[in-house]
Amino acid sequence: MATHAPIADAVQEAAPRRYWLEVLHDWVTTVDHKKIGLMYIGYALIFMLIGGFQALLMRIQLAVPNNTFVSPQVYNRLFTMHGTTMVFFVGMPILFGFGNYLVPLMIGARDMAFPRLNAFSFWVSAFAGILLYFSYLGGSGLYGAGTAPDVSWFAYAPLTARVFSPGHSTDYWTLAVFLSGIGSIGTAVNIVATAVCMRCPGMKLTRMPLLVWLYTVMSGLVFVAVSPLTAAQIMLLLDRYLGSHFFDTQAGGSAILWIHFFWIFGHPEVYVLVLPAFAFANEIIPVFSRKAIFGYPAMVAASVGIGFISLSVWAHHMFTVGMTSGANTFFTLSTMAVSVPTGIKIFNWLATMWGGKIHFTTSMKFAVGFLFQFLIAGLTGIMLAVSPFDWQVHNTYFVIAHFHYVLVGSILFMIFSAFYYWYPKMTGRMLSEKLGTVHFWLFLIGFHVTFDTMHFPGLLGMPRHIYTYQVDRGWGTLNMIVSSGAIFQAIAILVFVYNMVNSYFRGRMAGPDPWDAWTLEWAVPSPPPHYNFAVTPVVESRRPLWDLKHPDDPDSQYE
Amino acid sequence: MSEAAFINSNADVPWVMPSRGIVGMCCLIIAEASIFIIFIAAYVYYLGKSLTGPKPHEVLELPIFTSICLLSSSATVHFAVSALEHGKRSLATLWLAATVLLGGIFLAGTAHEWYQLIYEHGLTIRTNLFGTTFYSLVGLHASHVIVGLVMLTVALIFSLTGGLTTRHINRLEVLSLYWHFVDAVWVVVFLVVYVLGRNA
Repeated sequence: MATHAPIADAVQEAAPRRYWLEVLHDWVTTVDHKKIGLMYIGYALIFMLIGGFQALLMRIQLAVPNNTFVSPQVYNRLFTMHGTTMVFFVGMPILFGFGNYLVPLMIGARDMAFPRLNAFSFWVSAFAGILLYFSYLGGSGLYGAGTAPDVSWFAYAPLTARVFSPGHSTDYWTLAVFLSGIGSIGTAVNIVATAVCMRCPGMKLTRMPLLVWLYTVMSGLVFVAVSPLTAAQIMLLLDRYLGSHFFDTQAGGSAILWIHFFWIFGHPEVYVLVLPAFAFANEIIPVFSRKAIFGYPAMVAASVGIGFISLSVWAHHMFTVGMTSGANTFFTLSTMAVSVPTGIKIFNWLATMWGGKIHFTTSMKFAVGFLFQFLIAGLTGIMLAVSPFDWQVHNTYFVIAHFHYVLVGSILFMIFSAFYYWYPKMTGRMLSEKLGTVHFWLFLIGFHVTFDTMHFPGLLGMPRHIYTYQVDRGWGTLNMIVSSGAIFQAIAILVFVYNMVNSYFRGRMAGPDPWDAWTLEWAVPSPPPHYNFAVTPVVESRRPLWDLKHPDDPDSQYE
Repeated sequence: MSEAAFINSNADVPWVMPSRGIVGMCCLIIAEASIFIIFIAAYVYYLGKSLTGPKPHEVLELPIFTSICLLSSSATVHFAVSALEHGKRSLATLWLAATVLLGGIFLAGTAHEWYQLIYEHGLTIRTNLFGTTFYSLVGLHASHVIVGLVMLTVALIFSLTGGLTTRHINRLEVLSLYWHFVDAVWVVVFLVVYVLGRNA
């Protein structure tokens, strides 16, 4: 080894600019957690643009009554692809990407526990996304006119049976979701093994950054929530290919069973997506409030609590399928119970900000937006948990507005916040704060115009999944307002993309620690070298960099 | 690079972390167990709901001998690990071979059972709900047995060619953990399919 190193150095110095094929080869064959993390984020961003474009098309169609912008068939494909893309190929990979990048850096490790499994998981997920979109070409078996899945993202049986969904589009959907599940489980195994086995000396579980804690809880949820979906997809594949009867109502099979299996996955999935958002908030809010997080143990306990409770709430998606009143009561109460640990979290974030010296950077602005919007999302969630209320608004735009408040207003806001916070670490350059402010306000306005207004057509009875509506329904004005908000959001996203590209080349140099933060990832250069840490760090408190910067008053005295 | 904050690194106290192989396998087992739970739930949910025959009690026989073989292979793989821990490599080879043999017998038993069900009783995955749930649950387990057997056979080949040394104890332990899981699942499948579900 010793004799090889100088040669390698010499070669690198002699050839500073590499052939593009070499660079590509480097990325395709890499097992480095940082590169895999960036690839996850990159591919998720591409899918986010696609999914967002689909949302825009749908909003154009719904802006006025009796619109014929897209056909009913195309509309069905649009909402199916939008939902599937946003959950499986935007939400999951972008959050796994940040996790991949940050978890080893935050715990002072060289890489993830299983680097090759990590690469495998990424490529399986990426392939799954490509497979889903290949259905536009191959959905009808390449006989000409292509088609895409049109069974909606929850693909209720028996619509997915061969009789009702001929052709291959549903097969592409089920295979894509199945493969994405395999990739998610692989990455989740990796995250837990990394957090449990790879921590640097001194980093006890009680000193582990909250981000790592929440990613561990989230990965635990992936094991028990994504696996049931994988199992259900195997059953659906058996039904479609081998003629079995799991969801075949003609042979005594049950459509309700699919609904159960889907939501046993589907509800915890919301927490799989939102826990990383909480994780970002746990790191970003303290740094920009210049205070240590309030109630670290309570935050950990609340996260684990959310993980457990979220496993027993799935049938609140099913109040209208005709369950017994005992079951309705149980799922109403268990759903309301989720608001206790999430309430603890909100209060802890507020207590962290209370009395702090708050720096309203773009990242912090998004985080504060998240706090308010997550609260409102939680409140409409409690309304929907009340089963008699749910009977009135089930499958209306009220539900759509509620879960977009969670997915966009909470999770996407925290993802933006995370981008502004960690982009300097990942690229070595700062994102423009000026453009960031424009992005924030445009997106905030667009978000509220769209999704606040969207509650009302729902209360007026507008169901989801309809491609158009009559003039006399009185939903026209509201839908026009909802659609106009989408334009603000689209422009905001363009500003964000421009900011990312432009700052990569022309942004201010960040240096290792631009935010004066306290966790280990800020101890290494930006972007971090392949080996992460030149020497393995040793930590003595939850804020190792605070200890380093304030040797006279280290945290370890108080913890 | 020199700007990067320097972090003190004088590790005097021993800092021991759990084996990542064991932890990773435990995680995988939790995920796999969730998959099995869903298939078992479907089996139990559809018990006695088939619209046509054959019914479980008409065609199922208790696979007692092959079950004993599979369960004892859990013991033999454990003996293989502990033999390797004590440095007795040839003994470990012997126990590994016994594990592969016992697992093979179990798989042959399943194959025989399926052959009889298909050709003598006319039960396939398309016949009725019992066929659907039976073949998928037992088949899911059998496919896990096949994966385990492939890995055990690889270990056995390494062991026969002298490639399996005390350095590989941890890896063999991870593999044995998977095999114990496959056996534990069979206990549940046996109880659900052949004991409780047979008379439904």
